[in-house]
Amino acid sequence: MSTLARKKGVGAVIWDYLTTVDHKKIAILYLIAGGIFFLLGGLEAMIIRIQLAVPNNDFISAGFYNEVLTMHGTTMIFLAAMPLVFAMMNAVVPIQIGARDVAFPFLNSLGFWLFFFGGVFLNLSWFLGGAPDAGWTSYASLSLASPTHGIDFYVLGLQISGLGTLIGGINFLVTIINMRAPGMTYMRMPMFTWATFVTSALILFAFPPLTVGLIFMMMDRLFGGNFFDPALGGNTIIWEHLFWIFGHPEVYILVLPAFGIFSEIFATFSRKRLFGYSSMVFATVLIGFLGFMVWAHHMFTVGLGPIANAIFAVATMAIAVPTGIKIFNWLFTMWGGSIRFTTPMMYAVAFIPSFVIGGVTGVMNATAAADYQYHDSYFVVAHFHYVIVGGVVFALLAGAHYWWPKMFGKMLDEKLGKVTFWLFFIGFHLTFFIQHFLGLMGMPRRVFTFLPGQGFETGNMISTVGAFFMAAGTIVLLANVVITTVKGKRVGNDPWEDGRTLEWAVSSPAPEYNFAQTPLVRGLDAYWIEKMEGKKGLTPAEPLGDIHMPNPSILPFVISLGLFVAAFGFLFHQDHAWGTPVGIVGLLITLGAMFFRSIIDDHGFHIHKEEVMEAEKKGAGA
Amino acid sequence: MANHTHVQNPKVDVQYRRKKNAEEMKHQIISFTLMIFLTLIAFFAVGYEGFSAWFAVPFILLLAVVQVIFQLYYFMHMSHKGHELPALFLYGGVVVAFVTVWAFLTIVWI
Repeated sequence: MSTLARKKGVGAVIWDYLTTVDHKKIAILYLIAGGIFFLLGGLEAMIIRIQLAVPNNDFISAGFYNEVLTMHGTTMIFLAAMPLVFAMMNAVVPIQIGARDVAFPFLNSLGFWLFFFGGVFLNLSWFLGGAPDAGWTSYASLSLASPTHGIDFYVLGLQISGLGTLIGGINFLVTIINMRAPGMTYMRMPMFTWATFVTSALILFAFPPLTVGLIFMMMDRLFGGNFFDPALGGNTIIWEHLFWIFGHPEVYILVLPAFGIFSEIFATFSRKRLFGYSSMVFATVLIGFLGFMVWAHHMFTVGLGPIANAIFAVATMAIAVPTGIKIFNWLFTMWGGSIRFTTPMMYAVAFIPSFVIGGVTGVMNATAAADYQYHDSYFVVAHFHYVIVGGVVFALLAGAHYWWPKMFGKMLDEKLGKVTFWLFFIGFHLTFFIQHFLGLMGMPRRVFTFLPGQGFETGNMISTVGAFFMAAGTIVLLANVVITTVKGKRVGNDPWEDGRTLEWAVSSPAPEYNFAQTPLVRGLDAYWIEKMEGKKGLTPAEPLGDIHMPNPSILPFVISLGLFVAAFGFLFHQDHAWGTPVGIVGLLITLGAMFFRSIIDDHGFHIHKEEVMEAEKKGAGA
Repeated sequence: MANHTHVQNPKVDVQYRRKKNAEEMKHQIISFTLMIFLTLIAFFAVGYEGFSAWFAVPFILLLAVVQVIFQLYYFMHMSHKGHELPALFLYGGVVVAFVTVWAFLTIVWI
């Protein structure tokens, strides 16, 4: 049965989202869940900044500060940035390549629920004896000594959500390779699709080392292993290597989609073809490849020796070259363009100087000899917040404003959007620029307080004030979302009027089947080409016919729930007799659901031609 | 897209496909026999007192590589057309893994 345009009760809506396999609804789930974790991580950031506002502050205790600091980093990377990136990918990529859905809709849903339950599990640690407290990197020498169950929550929670990410990455690889519309060659793919493709390849290769590291850590902490304990013949450095072999590509997993989002925005609002498209593709692939050759630059002070440090330093600096290519291409895209300063475009323009600052401090950190001075100081904190907030968060905010009409059918208010932008932009630089100097003056990172009279007072106070600006910007954004949802007007296919790629050729939000007829792609910026030839819609590549759709399923939810239950069981198996049985029951739930998935023949359903025609007439597609 | 590439009448090329399948079966049986043979050699190399570990270990690793190639090309159909991208990703993964291990063995000394 088609679910087009039908009024439903609250219960039915919730059931619909629990069982959905539609990439557009999964995008909304990712956006909501990632958004909530983003607010949670932001709250933790505010606690950190309030504690550090004045010297010798006792707003929170030292132990609690460690937990808040760890959870801020872990939440922001794994539970906010990653799912929000996946929200953008799910919302846009299938439509951008002219597909009706991703290759494996069931797995798409499974990926989301695994991430969601992993994230919830990790955050339940707050109520069950204490959160992880060894930093988001959770170095083994520190985390093995942590007395609470916090690290166990970290290990099992990230294992579950990492599985979801890996599944999501593979799904997008297969989708982009196999599901492109006729005529959509690799070199005609929109830049965001290219970024998603390379990102998914990075996920495929980067997450297995994390999985291995987490399994080792789980063995050490819960099952009497000794991979990392030197006293028992282990090696504590192995964790650091495994973590950073994953961790460095992870940075590019976050920032490449950000580059993709900005590439779309620059081209759209400069009303020009992206400058140097092929060099952009080349640079994206090269950054992805080099991302695997540089992990040891996080470990210069571990004592790898001068040869290793020198080689990894030079490899790291090489990444500045493709990144520079991208920066110049964006500038040249704007050059001579007819620029419109919409909210997404303002983020994009602000991103360039912000990200370049982060890039330059990156090269400074890459200089191994100098890094001995910067290491573990606020200079590093300033650096990675410049790349992650100035790059990824700006991109996610820009992408949310840009694609909001495509996801929800209503435009976010532009005035409030600009207020958010200015508050966030000013707050961001206020918070983090001064931290470069705090670091150079010698303030170490990850400390819960500092002493008066060492020259850190003013800088920290400025930083805290900046954090409140960012919080205010976020609140305005939330208000904007509420106002838009209640009062906003429905918009047509191409609300920005300058859309270039396929997603702007379908209704907002796109119908369940995306395209009534699979489009024929005749070049880069396929929709722009049609518009320039005076056509209203896309050139179809097939006659109108019945559309085959996958059935919704609750099984992804059940499979993930089983692992969630199992994780609780195994976490407490040394403290309580019920631990091991609960763990086994959880695994049985997961395996049982997988068994049902295997034996039940599910052929999906068809939306009939007449229904499609009726839906299209009702003001869906053009 | 997949549902647009159906062959109109599946009976048309049944002869050709049968011949092709028979040929493929032959290849699979040959490589399967070879793989069993290589496994026997590996067992022998380890069991035979005359070979030191310095010979036996690299030797069975070499045999393992040969078996992986047989597995990929004859049993997982990488020799067929349309497998360029899986091959690219496989070799990409091999390169990344090799460079990582190589870095550990030469400059990092974990």
